[in-house]
Amino acid sequence: MYPPRFRYEAPKTIEGAINLLSEGAGDAKVLAGGQSLIPLLKLRFASPTLLVDINEISGLDYLDFGADGSIRIGALCRHSALEQSEELKVRQPVMAAAAALVADPIVRNRGTLVGSLCHADPQGDWAAVMVALGGSLVVQGPQGRRTIPTSELVHGPFQNALAHHEIGIEATVPAPQGVPMGGYLKLERRIGDFATVAVAVSVDMQGDSVARAGIGLVAVGPKTIDATDAAASLVGGRITADTISTAADLAAGAAKPRTDHRGSADYKKHIVHTFVTRILTRVAASIEKAA
Amino acid sequence: MTSLFEEIRPDPGEDVPTRRITITLNGERRAANVEPRLLLAHLIRQGFKLTGTHTGCDTTNCGACTVLFDGQPVKSCTMLAVQADGHEVMTVEGLAGPSELHPIQEGFKDEHGLQCGFCTPGMMMTAKALLDRNPEPTEEDVRWALAGNLCRCTGYQNIVKAVLWAGEKLRAESGDGEES
Repeated sequence: MYPPRFRYEAPKTIEGAINLLSEGAGDAKVLAGGQSLIPLLKLRFASPTLLVDINEISGLDYLDFGADGSIRIGALCRHSALEQSEELKVRQPVMAAAAALVADPIVRNRGTLVGSLCHADPQGDWAAVMVALGGSLVVQGPQGRRTIPTSELVHGPFQNALAHHEIGIEATVPAPQGVPMGGYLKLERRIGDFATVAVAVSVDMQGDSVARAGIGLVAVGPKTIDATDAAASLVGGRITADTISTAADLAAGAAKPRTDHRGSADYKKHIVHTFVTRILTRVAASIEKAA
Repeated sequence: MTSLFEEIRPDPGEDVPTRRITITLNGERRAANVEPRLLLAHLIRQGFKLTGTHTGCDTTNCGACTVLFDGQPVKSCTMLAVQADGHEVMTVEGLAGPSELHPIQEGFKDEHGLQCGFCTPGMMMTAKALLDRNPEPTEEDVRWALAGNLCRCTGYQNIVKAVLWAGEKLRAESGDGEES
């Protein structure tokens, strides 16, 4: 399979890339890791007239940890860099858990977190993680930079909130309001397949009390679902069998899956319930162990 | 030099722009004029006639087209050839020496790590990157590392054994070299 013809440019600066995107007037695409875009080109689901390859722009492959616990992920930071980071395991276990489950190990060497967010696939892993963590995407256009909360980034399947001349520059994760805990679980028919269901749960713990919580659901709706009620039900208290059960019920209620070849809607809701329960049970066990 | 695109479709039309790229392929500098939409896998196979790199699924699933791009395994069907400009690419042809097999190849031979052999080049390149990064992998490490390479014949058992065999051989060789 061959992609359709396109003009290819690999600018050296972000400004150069933005100028090209402006020139492309909505018919240009940014090429970062290319692990979704190139298959789409080959399948002719996408046929932009201009590809703006940002891989030649230096200084975008960073994974920076702020002194306050915040994290910045540059547009060219690959999934594999996140997976291999020992510091990330300590700083943000939800991200570390997800990094190892994105696609397959070969794809992870090219694909990027920021690209995954911009791609806005309802089955994408990172959007749910960023929703759970309250993260944002920093985008840059001709007028400068602006920050879009991940919860407002996606309008629908493969539709993001970026203007045609804007580029996702970095994803940011705010400082945790306590000890960051949680996890990411994904059900897939085989490695590399899209998620049947995946769940990201983040809880910032102060002692044995939840100071902040976030829950993101993958592949159970037209876009990543921010299970706000389920998360809110956890805040302010300890994690007990009762609060776990309530949160899992609310999360399963927030899921809007469709029956397809990966499973029935009921089955997918059941998996959401199971995954929320499982992640929170593990968190509760590790808190108990530490006490 | 003629456009490599001509080898894929004889009649690209005169208005098709090409780009001159230079890549280091298995240690040798090679130049080519490519149309931007040419995939790296096609440059390697049709352009440079190195047919060890296989295109299996052509949809980023199977990993048969895996090559090392600056030392990292990538699916060459999911990268544009122009993106390799100025970079190092290693294919399965780069593994063996002039007269002897690479230990990874020996391992696949000794442990019967292949049946039809279609996935083998990709498996070997992923194994190479794993052993470069982690010379003493556990069976679990090997299984995780190979998770992006599909094999429809073997059930993976002997592939995993082959990689572990190669790791041992490489460790023994480097141990010999380093002892003083």
